[in-house]
Formats: sequence, structure tokens, C-alpha cells
Amino acid sequence: MNDLETVIGLEVHAQLLTRSKMFCGCSTAFGAAPNSQTCPVCQGMPGALPVINRSAVEFGIRTALAVGCRVNEHHRFARKHYYYPDMPKNFQISQYEEPLAEHGVLDIEVGGSSRTIGIQRLHLEEDVGKLIHEGPLETAQSSTVDFNRAGVPLMEIVSRPDMRSPAEAAAYLRTLRTIVVYLGVCDGNMEEGSLRCDANVSLRPAGSPELGVKVEIKNMNSFRNVQHALEYEVKRQVRALAEGEKIVQETRLWDPERVRTVSMRSKEYAHDYRYFPEPDLPPLQVEARWVEAIRATLPELPAARRRRFAGGYGLSAYDADRLTQGRALADYFETTVREYDKPKIVANWVLNELLREMPADDDRAVAACPIPPRNLAGLLRLIDDGTISGKMAKDVFETMYRTGQDAPSIVAREGLTQVADAGELRRVVDQVLAAHPKVVEDWRGGKKAALGFLVGQVMKATLGRANPALVNQLLGEKLPKG
Amino acid sequence: MLTRLTIEDLAARFRRGEATPSQAAAAYLERIEALDGRVNAFLTVTRQAALGQAAEADARFTAGRPLSPLDGIPIALKDLLCTRGIRTTCGSRILETFVPPYDATVMARLRAAGAVLLGKLNMDEFAMGSSTEHSAFFPTRNPWDLDRVPGGSSGGSAAAAAADLAAATLGSDTGGSIRQPAAFCGTVGLKPTYGRVSRYGLIAFASSLDQIGPFAKTVADAALVLGVIAGADPRDSTSVDVPVPDYRAALEGGIAGLRVGIPAEYFIDGIDPEVEAAVKAAIEVLRGLGARPEAVSLPHTRYGLAAYYVIAPAEASSNLARYDGVKYGLRVPGGRDLIEMYGRTRAAGFGTEVKRRVMLGTYALSAGYYDAYYGKAQRVRTLVRRDFQEAFERVDVLAAPTTPGVAFTLGEKTDPLQMYLNDILTIPVNLAGLPGVSVPAGFTTSGLPIGLQLIGRAFDESTVLRAAHAYERATDWHLRKPTLEAPPR
Ligand SMILES: [Zn+2]
Repeated sequence: MNDLETVIGLEVHAQLLTRSKMFCGCSTAFGAAPNSQTCPVCQGMPGALPVINRSAVEFGIRTALAVGCRVNEHHRFARKHYYYPDMPKNFQISQYEEPLAEHGVLDIEVGGSSRTIGIQRLHLEEDVGKLIHEGPLETAQSSTVDFNRAGVPLMEIVSRPDMRSPAEAAAYLRTLRTIVVYLGVCDGNMEEGSLRCDANVSLRPAGSPELGVKVEIKNMNSFRNVQHALEYEVKRQVRALAEGEKIVQETRLWDPERVRTVSMRSKEYAHDYRYFPEPDLPPLQVEARWVEAIRATLPELPAARRRRFAGGYGLSAYDADRLTQGRALADYFETTVREYDKPKIVANWVLNELLREMPADDDRAVAACPIPPRNLAGLLRLIDDGTISGKMAKDVFETMYRTGQDAPSIVAREGLTQVADAGELRRVVDQVLAAHPKVVEDWRGGKKAALGFLVGQVMKATLGRANPALVNQLLGEKLPKG
Repeated sequence: MLTRLTIEDLAARFRRGEATPSQAAAAYLERIEALDGRVNAFLTVTRQAALGQAAEADARFTAGRPLSPLDGIPIALKDLLCTRGIRTTCGSRILETFVPPYDATVMARLRAAGAVLLGKLNMDEFAMGSSTEHSAFFPTRNPWDLDRVPGGSSGGSAAAAAADLAAATLGSDTGGSIRQPAAFCGTVGLKPTYGRVSRYGLIAFASSLDQIGPFAKTVADAALVLGVIAGADPRDSTSVDVPVPDYRAALEGGIAGLRVGIPAEYFIDGIDPEVEAAVKAAIEVLRGLGARPEAVSLPHTRYGLAAYYVIAPAEASSNLARYDGVKYGLRVPGGRDLIEMYGRTRAAGFGTEVKRRVMLGTYALSAGYYDAYYGKAQRVRTLVRRDFQEAFERVDVLAAPTTPGVAFTLGEKTDPLQMYLNDILTIPVNLAGLPGVSVPAGFTTSGLPIGLQLIGRAFDESTVLRAAHAYERATDWHLRKPTLEAPPR
């Protein structure tokens, strides 16, 4: 049998972080009482009309520019019809023939090599509501609908079928997520559903230009699920083809519990969406000036920033990558470096100490961090000027995180100032040497490890506050030469 | 009799203290009580609310501070305009119990102007029809002959205006639904330019064609009402931000030198000879007033009807998808599952004509048929629009019959196609989004009203109204009233 090539395309839906919904003024805030954030428009009341949320369009354009899409001068909305009770009008306002933007690219890195994935289109649409069933769907006696989510702006980004492995698909999704989070257009939370991903998977003989029969995979609500589901599906198709079966075009749901994809009854999903231009919304003109104004405000994107962190600051590729996963964390790092110009040390403290304390590394967590960059820089300066030791600094850091106070205040209040007074330390050294003549003898006899013991005794006597370098220096002076 | 007065005269009496809004509201309510049992124009009469609003208007006049030329004026609305807290049925069983939590923009503007709402008016279900026989509740009758239809779909609005059951009413016009019943009932009916009046709160039939407009006893009254309801609305993205002129002031000045186009294609085969004669006589009246009639051609007129019966049902099939028993209105329970509940609800909730159009539209939008039907209809629409543009390079307004015939008897037209042909002379105006008015232009020998249709350039309601006003001044058709007072037997 010929070698088979895997072909994967992804459709990613990102909930936009606009304050109001796509076509009405209702709030998009999460977690309000059911149906408390609704109005005649997003409930699909008779006579209500949609009005385009300009900031959602702006978020779409930001993203389009970040992934190199061409923003269409004219775009328009269309109605996509299907009956489902979570959709108040029984059609979704989406975009079809004239999307907001097209023809972009995304560079991904997998196993050290990089690939370019094409982006076919980026368009805007409205989210649907949430159904709450009384018990499991199959036996529920009744269901209720919460329309709070109905009408929340969604951005759909459709890739070209350019990915050749589940690992590439996962890398594409991760890269895209980092970008939308960086741009501040989406919080990127897959578990909460603000970022959703469907995949089209097919196989073909390696090198064939034609696409095989594609299967759509849905319900993959985490990065892990995406990779697992795609790995499963590729194996399933390979096995099916090996056994001489035909792949049928269908939609399959990933079942993370049973670790497999399950076919949905095709009848329910054999939709004719009957798209036609939304007559309630005139075609939208996107003026070039507006696009350029948005382009001018684009932040540095993760890939560029990662390269700059590695090159400019001399960080390892791994550290640069970790620091640029979120815009806020990268900003935190750079702000600290501006006040304390030793990037590698700052990177170590941020990645090891700070991330150990923080609940997550996303923008929200960084924004809530009780240690502002200025305070971290202040702490590091106290180590440099010998006020505290590196070991003490870690304790001070924990106190800073707990209390939100800056390092000098904590050091002063707790009397933690390092003993760097040579006169005082000299007395302690004399006492230690006098108390341990045997050890001094050992040292003279060539037992170098004895020095460590003596340093430890000095530190103990000073409750850890002695400047270790000074202790070493003084011991060197006092100890009889061997 | 207060109910005979035009809005202008009634408002003058309010100002002079010779009458009060409460007296006017009471007079209209009394007349509705006495006569609407025969006309059946109203689906809902909001008596208490009307008297309350009128009392507030009384106080404003007493204080010498009326809100607008419509303050205290009793009006009524077609029952597809949402009214907060007042049942709005759209003439359909599926919305029989629907009480909107909000006002349509036109209702909000009328309220702000101080108008007094008498109630909601009958219509063909979802505005689909030309006779008001497709109301799910009962047919409305033509005040000139109770055995005849008032036209439609705004039949209740036209009949109420003609029978003096309201000082003015609002209707909606998708393919002629204001102008055709205005012609049948011998009243003034104005369809403004698409985008001139906000559609927010108008229960949609065909979104790209629907437009709200007034019925009134005179052209001047229609101009006053238009002045209150017109203007861009941030809630309707298809409303257009073009300045709203003082329509009342724009009526004056006469029509000397006005170029009036007479489209040959509007005098079709099968047109009622009495209608043709009346409209030609009306054109001569315009000529006598100094206008310059000339022949023009709108060559794609004959394709308008076909294009309309693709576009309007296509949009309707989409707009009506929301009536599914889940959120509001009728729900027929007992189905085994959701799909069956949808089916039962829509089967029971929609009438035959609505179902027919939903099916037509669903078909026209289906994969594989879209280009052949919807796509082609849109191209025809462009050609129809271009016809008008070319004509308006030469003339200022067009004059034509509103309808090929006069009011027919109830139950007469059983073939849907025969019914659709009623709108053949009004539909092209909707396809092009232009303003059009129907004004009384005579009567048949059997005493049925005939309408003259005047069509203008986009957003040039002023010229249309000025020509209509000049014609009305020179004739007395609008002064004739149907006799309803005598008991039927
Ligand atoms: Zn809303």
C-alpha cells in the first residue's frame, strides 16, 4: 500500500472580548443570571433589527492584519439558516460570500523546524445561546435556554488544509491562540469555550494533489483533546482504508472519556444553510484609512518578540518562548529589565519564582500579580548591593507576594539586613574558630570540606544574615595556612 | 363632527380651545364602537390607554404647550408595528398572544409627538395578501361596499382612515400594501422611500422591501404624519441619514412646469377602462395646473412581479423562521420531539398563504436553485431600478394607476396568481425603493374609489406630495365619504 499523507484544516472560533454583543448593546460579561443580558435584538423578537458593533469589526481587522490577511474593502453579512432552539431567529448572522478578510498565513514551529500554514478566511458572526437540559439530553423532560451568550461576537478563522500531522494542528492552534490573546481580542480559554476548534481530517496517497474524503471533528475543548482526537481519527482512517472501507463524509464528535471519535447521525447534519445576504445590514465599507490606523496600533507579535528576547536579551530559546506565551508576562519581564538591566537574572526570577507563586501565566493572572516589576527590580538590587543574600531574597520574595509590600520595607521591618560589617563578622569568626579547634586542625591537615562546616557555623551564629562572600574572605584570612 | 376633521383642522380647534383631545378621542372611540362591527378594521381597541393619553394632551393644550402638530390626534396602527404592552398579532394565530416589550420606532416617535393611540388594525397575515382576507381573525370590509375587500395587506389601516375611524393610520407597504388599499378605499396612502422611515419594530415580511407609511384624509395630513415618523434611526441600519424637510411647507408652490412622466407599461392589457379613464383625466387635471405630462418607458416593468415573488418570499421564509413555539407566541405541545413541536406549531400557527410563501422562498434559496431564482431576481431588480433612474433624468414624478382594477368582492379571487396581479403596478416601486402615493382620483359608475399613483425620486417625497396636494386641491374626490351610519337593513 502507498504511504498515506494526513491532511488537516482547522476552523477556529474565537469569542471576541468586546464589551457589547455583535448586533445589540447587551453586555457580554460571563456568568450573569440566565437571560439577564438580553434584549429584543438578541432574543430574536419580532421586529427587532441588528446593528453592527464597530469594535467587533475592529477586533476582526486587528487579527486579520496580525495573520497577514487582506482586509476586504467591502464585506457583508449573510444569514445562515438552521433550526435549533439555542438560536433565537433560527438563522445565524454570519458572513459567507464577502468575508471580512482573506488569504493570510501563520508560521508554526514543530520539532525545531518551521512551516507556513495558509489562512483561507476570517469572518465575523454571532454566537448562539446555551441549552440547559433537565438531566441527560436523551431523557430530558424539558430544556431551558439561556440567551446571555446569544449574539456574543465570534470570529471564525478558517485555515487551508495545510497541516500534515496532529502535532502541526496543535502547534497551529497554540500559535493562533497566542496571537489572539496578544492582540487582546480573545481570552483564549478553550475550557470555557471562548476559543473553539473544529477540524477537517482526510488522508490521501503521499504526493497526491487531490484531497481525500474529509471528516469533520467537533467537540475538542482543550489543546490535549485536539491532538488526541486528531491522532485517533488519523489512525481510524488509516485502519479503515487498510481494511478496504470507504471513508464517508461526516461529522464525528470527540469523546474524551472513551478516547475516540463517534459519528453523529448524518441526517441531522445534512444541512442546506440557504445562505443569502442579510437584508437588514447594508454592505460594510472598510476605509483603507481605518485599516492603517488599526495597523499602526498593532502590538509586537509573539513570534517577533520571541526572536527579540532570544537575540537582544541573550535568553535561551526555551526561556524566550515561555516568556512570550502571554503579552502581559512578556511586558512584565521587559518592564523589570528596564529597571534592572540583567535580563538572564530577571528571566530566572520570573520563570522560576514568580510563576511558582502565580496561579497561571495568562494576562489576567499577571495583571493581578501583587509584585509589580518595579518591586522585583528593587529586590534584585538588594542582592547586588549585598544588603541581602540570594537565599534571603527568596524568603523576602515570598513575603512580597503575600503582602504586596516592596523589598526594602520588608527587609527593614524584619531586620533582615545582611551582616556585611567586617568588624562584627570578624568577632563571630574568632568565636567559631575558638569553639572548634578540632575542625581547624582537620583543615590544616588538608581536609578542605572543613571550611564549609565553619562557614555554616558562622551563618548559624548570625541567623543566616552574614554576607557569605565576606565570611569566606575572613575565614581565609584567619585560618592558619596549611 | 370631530371625526370628519383633518388633522390640521382638529389641531387648530385644540389650540383655540374649541375642542379637546379627550373629546376627539371619545368621538373616535364612539364611532369605532358604533361602526367597526361592520367594517372590522380593528383587531384591538386601546380605549383606556387612549383616554389617558388624550387627557395628558388636554393638559398640554391648556398650558399652551402642545408637543407637535400631532399632539392629541387620535391615530391607529397596523398590527405589525410593535406596541409596548399592547398585543401585536401581525394578523396571525402564531402571534395571537404576543405582547411586545418594546415600541417600534414609529410608535415611539408618535408617542413623543403626543399622538393618541386608538388601537391596532387588521391586516393580511404577515402582510401577505392584497385583500385582508388572509387575516387569521376576520376579513376587513371596504367602507364603500361592505361586500367588497378593502385591499391589503394594510386593509384595516385603509378602511379605518376612509371610514373616519381614526384621524390617520399607519400601514406598511412591501409590494403595494399601502397604495393598493388606499386606492380601494378612496383615501390617501403614502409609501415613503426605502430607508426614510425606521423599520425597527415593524414585524418583517420582506426586509429589503418593507416600508412604513401613513394613511390620511388629505395629502397635507399624510405630510404631517410623515414629518413625525421620518428620519434616520440608529436601531435600523437600513434607515438613511438624509435630512427630513418640512413636508407640510413643501406642499405649497404649485406644480407649474413640473415634468410628469406617464409610463406606457402601466396602462396594461386588462386594465379596468373606468380606472384608465379616471387616471387619464387626472393627468389632464395636472396639465391644467401647469404640469408638463410626457410619455416615458419603464421597459422592465413586466418582470417586476416575477422578481418580487422570488425576493419577497425568500426573505419571508428567513424572517418567519423564528416563529417556532420556543420563545413567544403559539406553541402546540404534544410532539414527541423538538422537530415535531416546530412542525405542529407552524402548521397550526400559519395560514395557507403564509405557508405558500415560506415554501416558495425556501425553495428559491435552496442550494442549486439560488442563482437561478434569487440571484436572477436580484439582477431583474437592478434593471427595474435602472428603468426608474433613466425616467427620472427626464421627469420629476411619474403618474399612473395605483391598481389595474377596483375593489373586488370578498372571496372573488381564489387563485393566488390572480391575487398577486393586483400589485403589478405597485411592486416595481418597492423593488426600486422609491416613494409613491395613492390619492383619490374618482369613482366607478358603481361608486367604487379609483386611485392615482404618483411616484418620485428616492428621498424626494416632497415633490410627490406637492403634486398630490395640487391635484387634491383641484378636485373634490377626497371630500366624498362612504355612508356607514345607516343600519345595514
Ligand atoms: Zn441584546
